[in-house]
Amino acid sequence: MSRVSMVVNGREVSAEAEGRTLLSAFLREGLGLTGTHIGCDTGQCGACVVHVNGEAVKSCNVLAMDVAGAKVTTIEGVAAPDGTLSTLQQAFQDHHGLQCGFCTPGMVMSAAALLAENPKPTEAEVRHHLEGNICRCTGYHNIVKAVMAASGQAVSSLGVAAE
Amino acid sequence: MPMDGGIGASTKRREDIRFLTGNGRYTDDINLRGQAYVHFLRSDVAHGRIKGIDTNAAEAMPGVIRIFTSKDFESAGGLPCGWQVTDLHGQPMQEPKHPVLADGKVRHVGDPICGVVAETLEQARDAAEAIVVDIEELPPVVDMRAALEDGSVKVHDDLTSNLCYEWGFVEENRQAVNEAFEKAAHVVSCDLINNRLCANPMEARVAIGDYDPWNEQHTLYTTSQNPHVIRLLMGAFVLGIPEHKLRVVAPDVGGGFGSKIYHYAEEAFCTYAAKVLRQPVKWTSTRSEAFLSDAHARDHISKIELALDVEHNFLAIRSTTLANMGAYLSTFAPSIPTWLHGTLMAGPYKTPLVYVNVKAIFTNTVAVDAYRGAGRPEATFQLERVIDKAARELDVDPVELRRKNFIKPDQFPYQTPVALEYDSGNFHATMDKMLEIADYANLDKRVEESRKKGKLRGFGISQYIEACGIAPSNLVGQLGARAGLYETATVRVNATGSISVLTGCHSHGQGHETSFPQIVADMIGIDASQIDLVHGDTANTPMGMGTYGSRSIAVGGSALVKATGKIIDKARKIAAHLLEAAPEDIELKDGKFSVAGTDRSVDWAEVTLAAYVPHNYPLESMEPGLEETAFYDPNNFTFPSGCYGCEVEVDPETGKVEVVAFSAADDFGVVINPMIVEGQVHGGLAQGIGQALTESCVYDENGQLLSGSFMDYTMPRADDLPVFRIDNSCATACTHNPLGAKGCGEAGAIGSPPAVVNAVIDALQRAGHSHVAHIDMPLTPARVWSAMQK
Repeated sequence: MSRVSMVVNGREVSAEAEGRTLLSAFLREGLGLTGTHIGCDTGQCGACVVHVNGEAVKSCNVLAMDVAGAKVTTIEGVAAPDGTLSTLQQAFQDHHGLQCGFCTPGMVMSAAALLAENPKPTEAEVRHHLEGNICRCTGYHNIVKAVMAASGQAVSSLGVAAE
Repeated sequence: MPMDGGIGASTKRREDIRFLTGNGRYTDDINLRGQAYVHFLRSDVAHGRIKGIDTNAAEAMPGVIRIFTSKDFESAGGLPCGWQVTDLHGQPMQEPKHPVLADGKVRHVGDPICGVVAETLEQARDAAEAIVVDIEELPPVVDMRAALEDGSVKVHDDLTSNLCYEWGFVEENRQAVNEAFEKAAHVVSCDLINNRLCANPMEARVAIGDYDPWNEQHTLYTTSQNPHVIRLLMGAFVLGIPEHKLRVVAPDVGGGFGSKIYHYAEEAFCTYAAKVLRQPVKWTSTRSEAFLSDAHARDHISKIELALDVEHNFLAIRSTTLANMGAYLSTFAPSIPTWLHGTLMAGPYKTPLVYVNVKAIFTNTVAVDAYRGAGRPEATFQLERVIDKAARELDVDPVELRRKNFIKPDQFPYQTPVALEYDSGNFHATMDKMLEIADYANLDKRVEESRKKGKLRGFGISQYIEACGIAPSNLVGQLGARAGLYETATVRVNATGSISVLTGCHSHGQGHETSFPQIVADMIGIDASQIDLVHGDTANTPMGMGTYGSRSIAVGGSALVKATGKIIDKARKIAAHLLEAAPEDIELKDGKFSVAGTDRSVDWAEVTLAAYVPHNYPLESMEPGLEETAFYDPNNFTFPSGCYGCEVEVDPETGKVEVVAFSAADDFGVVINPMIVEGQVHGGLAQGIGQALTESCVYDENGQLLSGSFMDYTMPRADDLPVFRIDNSCATACTHNPLGAKGCGEAGAIGSPPAVVNAVIDALQRAGHSHVAHIDMPLTPARVWSAMQK
């Protein structure tokens, strides 16, 4: 066990970790940031996506020690300090882009990374980008809609739900 | 226009805020002081006799607290089965014991043998590696047909065979059905497989047991769709804990789809171990473990036959099914291929004669139980495939063949030959609507455009009717249910007018925290933000049966209407007292009680305050307070119905199927929150399309699960699915519940698989592959391509 430090959601933090401790476990158990979820054990589902130095990564595929000193953003660090949702988070609510909520943190973090590098993605680009995030509830329809809406694009062609 | 936050409004979901900000509280997010961790050592063979278990080395390893085996559960009961099916000879089904930990034999890969409890999870896992289990491997029986052969290996030595039951429905009609087939002008049949599935909610199962010696209270935190059912089953049948000493909490649950209905061994283990060790014990399933221990679903081998007269009227339906139960009977397993399957075999059609025969079979695979749709998808798949096949063989339009045989809108209530009485529906309307939103009229043009690109386009139709809100309790009791099927609601009005609604239903994605308050807000005329929903904890909710089978709004919502009605009745009397008028002269509108025809009124909050500060109150004739509970036991099922159209493009070079459009016209009766309902349909369609194209649990001949991860069990991703076209405008209200609501959770998964398969067959047939009459799901590129080559 040794002490690992990093900047998580703008705060310097540190906690004990073994060499084998994954970033996902470090966040959840070491720091108590349980918004990052574990949905599989093969790096397939994307529920654990966080940003490391601005890049979306699956935190179950990264050792905590490998990101010592990095800037990490989790779902807990996305809304404004007063609780106001980000444009993307608000779009998820407005367009019913979540049901059970379990995949949602990873979805939001993945989609945020997409919009950061491609502010006006096409529907096909959104679907392709979210391929690494599995949702079992929504059929993706309203997630795609939420991401398109958050990018300021019209979504009326994407079905009639919840305008 | 519905009132904002009332019935019919697409009110945004309040629970979204915590989920979007990482503030959800799922079971694995709960950590109790001093908790230990359990890791289960599971069988890696499908069938074997346990000759010995040596835990000595493991017990000496760092951090190990205790290792439990079946010996520790000698005084515990087995995991109970909640439904006893009676076979066609009038005999009860064969019901094997399902021990908490494998006792004497292991019967499937994943069967838990030891529970290793240690201070950390890593220590528990490390210690499990040091346990030596001496297993004499036995030949497994994996194939259902082989399991029925004389002299087959038996999964349970103490049963007479691997046949759990043979069920005939309606047995008295068997001869008449056979005669109808003999006389029929046309007989069309189809042999098909309903592929084995794994529900795979994104949150795997978790259980935390806790015991407080201060009040001798057990608490189980668990990922459950029905905490009261778990409390009853585990308390009464497994561990012998009375309900008042057992609290079951199901906090935020990350999806269920049926797989979290059942009482699982890990729940009983953690509850028991916590008391023995006097410390909390936590188990978090890995995804790999989930594939080996969650109940699987479907897994039917069926033959469906349709008899028609010369004018193509349906005369009779005969369905024969082998249904896999797995190695043990999961909580509701026996009811799925019988009462939730056979009773739907008339579909939306006026077929006078139906006979369904089902053999339920034990195999050395994990238990099989309900998953979104549960029996109804299997029935719908058979019907809609054989009807499509009939249209092709008889060279008639599949739309017209269905229309001709539909039950007509003026024929409701309609008594089917398989026990159900449909109360309402309009199948012609949903079909017309589906064809409209699918732009069916221009299909040929699109087929031609695809042809120019080298793609084969096809269109498939599926018309479904299903049954939700299974009830009434006394009837299902006669059919073998060992539980009631009512639902409860308590409306607790607070002194200043805010309301807590307590329900026995459980929300794990369905948005109840938003939709249930909409019902109360609408009835009283106050803002929905004043109303909260409490659910998921047996300590503070009334005994209810939970959420599955699309029952929550139809049954739980109806209980809420009843309880709110009682509240309004009492509040009206209080208002009448305050206004010095007769109760029958008091009108309630927009949260204000007024004397009819006058301008005298009192607000909702004045009435509620009077109820709790009863200074000016008719104490001699009425108790103070404003809290009411209702139990609602429906007098019939509800019958959602609809028509689905799937349009596909097949790549003839690879056999890959792309769903290019999917149109759904559903009749859910009265809808409380259209936004949520549409979301439920999207999710159901995605799971149905997944079943049709990509998903399958595959065991090899040794009983090893080959599809044990998300890399092998392939659920649809965002780029596998189209934009869905959804319509709910053809609603006919349920006639027997106070909301008129029918339920919407499962429809998508029930109606969509045959639409997809019919579309692929259509695409191949249109391209001249006239020999391709059927392809078994999942329609992988390899299967489609191979079918085209013959």
